[in-house]
Amino acid sequence: MDWLEQQQQNFESLQNFGPRLWDGFLLTVQLTLLGAALAFVIAVILGLMGGSPKWWLRTPARIIIEFFRGTSLLVQLFWVYYVLPLFGLTLESPFTVGVIALGVNYGAYGAEAVRASMTSVASGQWEATVALSMSWTHKIRRVIFPQAWALMIPSLANLLVHLLKGSAIVYIVGLNDFNFELDQLRRVTSAWFSYAFVGLIGYFAFALALTQGMRLLEIRAKHRLGQGLSMREILSPAPKVPTSGIQPGGAS
Amino acid sequence: MIPVMPFTADPAPATGSTGNVWNWDFAIEIFPAILRAFIEVTLLVTVVGTVIAALLGLVIAILLRVLPRPLAFVLRWAANFIRMTPLVVQLLVLYYGFTWMDPLTIGFIVFGIHYATYMSEVYRAGIDSVPKGQWEATKALSMSAGRTWRRVVIPQALRSTIPSLGNYAISMFKDTPFLFVISVAEMVRVAQTIGAQTFRYTEAITIAGLIFLAASYPTALLINRLEKRLAYAN
Repeated sequence: MDWLEQQQQNFESLQNFGPRLWDGFLLTVQLTLLGAALAFVIAVILGLMGGSPKWWLRTPARIIIEFFRGTSLLVQLFWVYYVLPLFGLTLESPFTVGVIALGVNYGAYGAEAVRASMTSVASGQWEATVALSMSWTHKIRRVIFPQAWALMIPSLANLLVHLLKGSAIVYIVGLNDFNFELDQLRRVTSAWFSYAFVGLIGYFAFALALTQGMRLLEIRAKHRLGQGLSMREILSPAPKVPTSGIQPGGAS
Repeated sequence: MIPVMPFTADPAPATGSTGNVWNWDFAIEIFPAILRAFIEVTLLVTVVGTVIAALLGLVIAILLRVLPRPLAFVLRWAANFIRMTPLVVQLLVLYYGFTWMDPLTIGFIVFGIHYATYMSEVYRAGIDSVPKGQWEATKALSMSAGRTWRRVVIPQALRSTIPSLGNYAISMFKDTPFLFVISVAEMVRVAQTIGAQTFRYTEAITIAGLIFLAASYPTALLINRLEKRLAYAN
């Protein structure tokens, strides 16, 4: 029973490493969520600029988007880490470096999703805002963005998982994230146990949680537009009824 | 793996005064080494990885259709699992798990399998878009399953998939720097090593980034045009 003994030892090491791994996992969670928050802000700004009819807003946005989409994440990470300090912008923690690199890289991808979903909002909606002579902020905030938001969530969910997967590289600038702690665990156990068993399952669980969370956001966004069931109706055990229209055979 | 190069142009490290940030002589001197790494490793991994992913992805997509339910369910979740976990960790699993294997080969395998799970989704959509009447026609003509796939379904399914496959190939191309973690001398690793040897990172890292941009942006435009043309042809 050599193999069993080996596994027993592995699980003992896992127990000893438990708190450290959990800290690393939490750091990965923070890195992902903060990176995603920054990416979202960048995506909305660049997406609005990129979809603007004014060329002096559109051109710089396009250049920035294509630049950050075209160069690789690791190149941007090294750029923030090695080159920005030469311009007097020293980021004291590798965590900030990671958040910025993830934020700008995936923000540029997100900008495309934002722009594409804004353009796919029905043209009648745009025309109506003009007919009602709404101000730009009013129009975007109250009419266009809520509808675009429901459309962009699926692509943003994809990007969020990409961002999580990309965060696994940030340890090379000296961050003790989940991947780094897995390497420590690997030294006392094996690659299969630490990376494949603990690591991949940990990342997968978090990715699943993120996609499910985005799905709930999508349900909520759609319900607020009058499409689909509300969250409460979906989660309740009662039989589902259509939210609008006359119920078949019922007196109203 | 990466030769230590004797640099002649300005060995002084960048100090932080902005005048010293970029040195053209140094940039020109290191350019060939970075370009070589790009052609010999980055492009090679992208091409081999894309070929593996495109073939394996098609196999996965077909298996998902023809396998009995429980097996297809397992395969679908296996593909989801690979797709939703970091490429970096997958590279590290094989790197430390199969120490006898050449890191470059590990790169081919991991990139091939990881992107096959993405490409299988593209093929799946392509296969779903083949009209039901086509399947019924093959039944009516009592074609064998193999013939149905080879002669009827796949040729029609493939046409619309080409742009999406190209986009995934570009994604893979931009993910190749992850090979850094298993010490393959791809472009970014070479650039970083030059930086570490000379304490001048700006030129090397920037050149690597610009080469990526110069290669990926025109390809993306080309795929975009192809996409529009295919949409028009339909």
